Amino acid sequence: MPETVDLSINTALVRRILVGFLRREIRRAGFDRAVVGVSGGVDSALACFLAAEALGPENVLAVRMPYRTSSPQSYEHGGLVVAATGVRERTVDITPMVDAYLERYATDASPVRRGNVMARMRMVVLYDHSASFGGLVVGTSNKTEILLGYSTLYGDSAYALNPIGDLYKTQVWQLAEAVGVPEVIVHKPPSADLWAGQTDEGELGFSYRLADQILYHLVDLRYTPDDVVALGYDAALVQRIWERVRRNHYKRLPPPIAKLSHRTVGYDFWYLRDWGT
Amino acid sequence: MKFTIALAQTDATLGVVEANLETHLHLIREARQQGADLVVFPELSLTGYIVQDLVPQVALEPHNADPAFTALLEASRSVDVVVGFVEADTRYRFYNSSAYLSQGRVVHIHRKVYLPTYGMFDEGRFFAWGDHVEAFDTRFGRFGMLICEDFWHVSPPYLLWLDGADLLLLPTASPGRGIVPARERLDTARWVENVVQAYAGLFTVFTALVNRVGYEDGIHFWGGSALFGPDGTPLVQAPYHEPALTLHTVDLRALHRARARLPLLRDERTALFQRELARILSRRDLPHAPHL
Repeated sequence: MPETVDLSINTALVRRILVGFLRREIRRAGFDRAVVGVSGGVDSALACFLAAEALGPENVLAVRMPYRTSSPQSYEHGGLVVAATGVRERTVDITPMVDAYLERYATDASPVRRGNVMARMRMVVLYDHSASFGGLVVGTSNKTEILLGYSTLYGDSAYALNPIGDLYKTQVWQLAEAVGVPEVIVHKPPSADLWAGQTDEGELGFSYRLADQILYHLVDLRYTPDDVVALGYDAALVQRIWERVRRNHYKRLPPPIAKLSHRTVGYDFWYLRDWGT
Repeated sequence: MKFTIALAQTDATLGVVEANLETHLHLIREARQQGADLVVFPELSLTGYIVQDLVPQVALEPHNADPAFTALLEASRSVDVVVGFVEADTRYRFYNSSAYLSQGRVVHIHRKVYLPTYGMFDEGRFFAWGDHVEAFDTRFGRFGMLICEDFWHVSPPYLLWLDGADLLLLPTASPGRGIVPARERLDTARWVENVVQAYAGLFTVFTALVNRVGYEDGIHFWGGSALFGPDGTPLVQAPYHEPALTLHTVDLRALHRARARLPLLRDERTALFQRELARILSRRDLPHAPHL
């Protein structure tokens, strides 16, 4: 057995910081409301619970966006989140929009391409509701996903701010349980639900518990890949994960701008978003 | 001698000096009404912490020609004030500074001597390095001031101790981080508090940590401002994560009692220290000796 680190967190402390983050940062951007895409999975459930606590449930809009191949169970689980938090809800079936495009322009699209179109269509719906409801889009990507690049660029990776992006998946499970996300959501196998029977761990080829241990050593503790292997982890897996982190780095950064002038956005124009607030 | 210190644990509007000044003046009045003799604000309390390219825009010259300092100096006629700000010198070098104001005068300015420029910190890009660590006399006794990273290094508090400081004022803007393993406090809170408490005990002085609260983008400041007595005893602590004005009456006779019991100051061998330091620094061939 490889050596492991106990990744468990003080959920009361983390909850306090994250709820304060959402409240303060949404308000200083000039909003009192939030929009969350609620898929029925644990990440968006947790984000929705935190947003409801930060702003009051009447100020949070959960948008459920099933596609015709989505699992009915996901939709039901989204309903459990809405019921448990008391947030407002809107269901937008993305099937007609997605199929209109796919049937006309992309009949030969692979499952991954189709999944990306769905994820980006959900982004379009969320951002339109951001405007109509007057709330900021709260992100639902966790640290494991962000590091592995297991997301659709400008799809689920598009949001105004993200309360859970520095929590590994195993920590998301722990915090979700602590804030009261229904157990059936916390304990089911994670899935992007982009096609029938898809599971994250099946698609990635490794478990989140294992990936979190490897990533925590590589990223947080600054181990080299060789040092991680020396702890007893499979060398090929460590290499594969680290390569995924490297290859998907572009998803974590704003696109580069070709520098020409003395002062260029992205290189020498340094202000926080909170500038002046 | 006794006096009452107020730890003003504030949030900040990023880059808007007028808004933060208003908060300062309000809290100074509030503290005075509650009986404070000295109010201490966190690091960069007039500007916010991650000022980056705002530095030249928010920089102040700490004298009566500056409207913010005019107001603060006026307020200091009834209660002493420590305020954090971006200081511009006459040649437009910009420092991360804290000023001690009393009776309408600037008594002392400390310019941060250790600018963290690693990991999430980038102060060396935006600020000039301070070059002095000096204790100073106040109407309550001889104090020293250090800003945040200054006291992650052991030499500045040691120098202030030798220079006669009996109370270390430690304005800070400490970003909260470190949630694994699960503990009651954040890693940063635990470490900063341990260090500040250790200095109190090691130097038999009072230490007053004043940390800010609030958020700047995704970064969170944890508060928990605290005062320790000269035997390392925790005297008072502000709450974590929320603004607070925390008062405590300091009994400077505690120094007498602490040093009667534990004569670390009496026994400190400064000549030995100086000799050995000179030897170490003269050996330029030693790869482990830093020479800055």
